[in-house]
Amino acid sequence: MSADTAIALPAGARAPSAALRNLWIAPPLLILVALFFYPFALIVMQALGGDQHVFSLANFERVMHTRQFANGIYNTIQIAVSASIGCLALGFIFSLVIAFVPFPGARFIGRLIDTFISLPTFLVALAFTFVYGSAGLINQSLMQTLHLQFPPLDFLYTRWGVILSEITVYTPFIMRPLLACFSQLDSAQIEVASSLGARPWRIIRQIILPAALPSLLAGGSLCLLLTVNEFGIVLFIGAKDVITLPLLIYNKAIQEFDYTTACVIAVVNIALSLGLYVCYRAIVSFFGGRRAALG
Amino acid sequence: MNTMTVEREAQQLATAAPAAATGSEAIGIGFEGVSVAYGSQTILESLTLTVKPGEIVALIGSSGSGKTTALRAVAGFVQPTAGRIIIGGRDVTRLPPYARNIGMVVQNYALFPHMRVEDNVAFGLRAQGQTDLIKERVSECLELVGMTKYAKRYPRELSGGQQQRVAIARALAIRPQVLLLDEPLSALDAQIRRSMLDELAKLHRSLPSLTVLYVTHDQTEALTLANHIGIMRDGRLVAYGDVQGLYRHPPNRFAAEFLGRANVLPAQGLESLGGGYARVRFRDQYLEGVNHHGLATGTECFVCVRPHDLQFAPSAAATNSLTGVVRSVQWLGELHNIMLSVGDETLRLTCAPLAEPPEPGTTLTVHFDPADVTLVPEAESHVS
Repeated sequence: MSADTAIALPAGARAPSAALRNLWIAPPLLILVALFFYPFALIVMQALGGDQHVFSLANFERVMHTRQFANGIYNTIQIAVSASIGCLALGFIFSLVIAFVPFPGARFIGRLIDTFISLPTFLVALAFTFVYGSAGLINQSLMQTLHLQFPPLDFLYTRWGVILSEITVYTPFIMRPLLACFSQLDSAQIEVASSLGARPWRIIRQIILPAALPSLLAGGSLCLLLTVNEFGIVLFIGAKDVITLPLLIYNKAIQEFDYTTACVIAVVNIALSLGLYVCYRAIVSFFGGRRAALG
Repeated sequence: MNTMTVEREAQQLATAAPAAATGSEAIGIGFEGVSVAYGSQTILESLTLTVKPGEIVALIGSSGSGKTTALRAVAGFVQPTAGRIIIGGRDVTRLPPYARNIGMVVQNYALFPHMRVEDNVAFGLRAQGQTDLIKERVSECLELVGMTKYAKRYPRELSGGQQQRVAIARALAIRPQVLLLDEPLSALDAQIRRSMLDELAKLHRSLPSLTVLYVTHDQTEALTLANHIGIMRDGRLVAYGDVQGLYRHPPNRFAAEFLGRANVLPAQGLESLGGGYARVRFRDQYLEGVNHHGLATGTECFVCVRPHDLQFAPSAAATNSLTGVVRSVQWLGELHNIMLSVGDETLRLTCAPLAEPPEPGTTLTVHFDPADVTLVPEAESHVS
């Protein structure tokens, strides 16, 4: 009897404090709803209801059958995939060199590349105009040296300019997890492989690459996610006929005041991003668990 | 320069070797004045050492003594700043690691985690393009280390001892010219380490032509496995010899204290007694011992006597008896460890478990046979 009382009392005493603690969830939840979910809900409602506020998928059907939308989604995916592949290749090579080829200042260079993450994306596009633009450093030098009338390098204002800028901006997103992974890779594995007769290329393929695969996949997914939504670079480069989904939303909403179409495209863009984010999380969770098991 | 040449003792341990393991003629390793430096810091200083074909040489020393650097120089992972490394009569100093045909086993196994056991063992054969031999060699090497039934497992599914066996099988699969073992048992717990030590000894009996360079900080491993031991200190080889000789007659004070924790007492006024014996003065009494290193008359030296050679049973001998105060008595199961203060010096005595061990604070007289005493110099340069 006394024991029951002794157990029951603290439980009774804890109940109000637990309820109070749960109340603390409410303010951030309210702020989140007000700042994010409500505007997002408005976009979805506009996309579904249009100006007449009659909910149907008709707007989606209409927008998704336009050539503009098809081009937009094609450009978005093509640029994002190309840039991500470029980031993966460049990031892997750079990380390999920084991590495994000892040279003075390797760590400093690693950190310097890292600072790109903190820069606004369009800054790279701006910097590229000074280097690769018609009046940029390279073109001017080539024109003077070779006595040319027109700038020989003419890729910056095409989709290749967009891809190159995105590769430059997002490569550090691959390098960061890769360098962390390489720093944890047991150097004895590489040494033993080498003593067993493996040359550098085999060691990269069979020892380093499998160890780096989780980081590459996670970094690659993150890159894909970020490049799908890239707006600043595409707008700044202003490449002819290179209209991606974010730019299409901007054009429809700001230039044409066609909010319904902009919202439909925005919903598609959000769905695409969320899908990629789910893939990214799945990869991180899968390899995170696997790494824990290996450890 | 430390110049020490190994004379190989006859190997009596060899048994019939399996065909798989003895494909090539035994070859040795030579260090010829090898120095390694990182910037202005010398890690290994003018090491000259010959490991004869088919023997196990252990390099021991404390952390930073240069023993691992010596091994890594043989493997090709560090480039000597001076000297040459010879494997099987061939100068390999400038060869990359992959061209040296060396088997290497390291402390943390370094198995490839994404490969099954059989693929780990086959890795070297694939790398060397000997794919037609994979099935046969993998099976033979796994059998040699008793891991056949684990061929399909991943390293993470194995215990530490099993992983180390796979690492050994992987190293042997390529039929290396020499096997380099870098503290291979350090990551294992005491019980498995003892068992692996037995297995390594057994393995070498099966592969008598395999030349092994074994780096360890554990003198028990070195004493158990090696034919010869080299003691490293501050990048230099300060003692080298066959196992028994080095233990019984250490060439200098450091070797005496490092290998087997001998009692080392400072002595003066060495007088030759003939027959290889000499007398020295320790505090206010004389002690006799073997002048193994031919120390000159009148020199200062150290009296080196092993803890298990001290006896406190009553003795009629007039010489070599010391009286001190018992400081501590430890029962270690299979033996008693007694610490004794003799003036400013401390003596350590080990003996079979005692029914009535002496109490701390009591006075105890210990005796030792002059034949069990070696007079050693302080200076490491006396080693020859």
